[in-house]
Amino acid sequence: MTRSTKKGPYVHPKLQKRVDIAVRSQQKIVIKTWSRPSMIMPQMVGLTIAVHDGRRHVPVFITENMIGHRLGEFAPTRTFRGHVARSRSERTSGVRR
Amino acid sequence: MARVAGVDIPNNKRVEFSLRYIHGIGPTRAKAVVARVGLEGNPRVGDLTEDELNRVREAVDKSGYLIEGDLRRDTNQNIRRLVDIGSYRGLRHRRNLPTRGQRTRTNARTNRGARKTVAGRRRTAQKK
Repeated sequence: MTRSTKKGPYVHPKLQKRVDIAVRSQQKIVIKTWSRPSMIMPQMVGLTIAVHDGRRHVPVFITENMIGHRLGEFAPTRTFRGHVARSRSERTSGVRR
Repeated sequence: MARVAGVDIPNNKRVEFSLRYIHGIGPTRAKAVVARVGLEGNPRVGDLTEDELNRVREAVDKSGYLIEGDLRRDTNQNIRRLVDIGSYRGLRHRRNLPTRGQRTRTNARTNRGARKTVAGRRRTAQKK
């Protein structure tokens, strides 16, 4: 179910404030945020926003293509580096149930 | 075999079904095209006169439908965009895994392709 257009896009109010300040000051500051569901707005293009992934803030450089997506889409919350290869000894000793 | 929309060659089926061999034309659009051309008696493609066939071609070409190569390119561009901006959906596309949060412990066969046996898999999980 998509969000009603009547409400407009969601951006966390505090994040919005920080973005406005950053845009006005023209400075390259990294904005830290925990607000993963906030939508990426056109004003944010060119900013770097550090999105929390549950552990640390992942810096995300906002490009034009990202408008309309949510911040969280660019900061994966899971670390999966493949399954553990079973060791040789484990295989030969026959640990089976 | 008649040629409609470039490469596609539907055959001895009724027009409404034959048109579905074109990538980008399904039941709804096929019916719409037939209705627009106004073919009488639901004929098979082979039984169409050259004039009727031309009208079918024209209806398909001027329909404004994204069809065949154009449609495939559009789809691929959409996917490439997701991949390029580094979004979660893009990551899932890169790995040929489902993008919309489906389970992958079992199923997800459409995206992952046919089963490949992984050596050393415990049987206990599957026996129950």
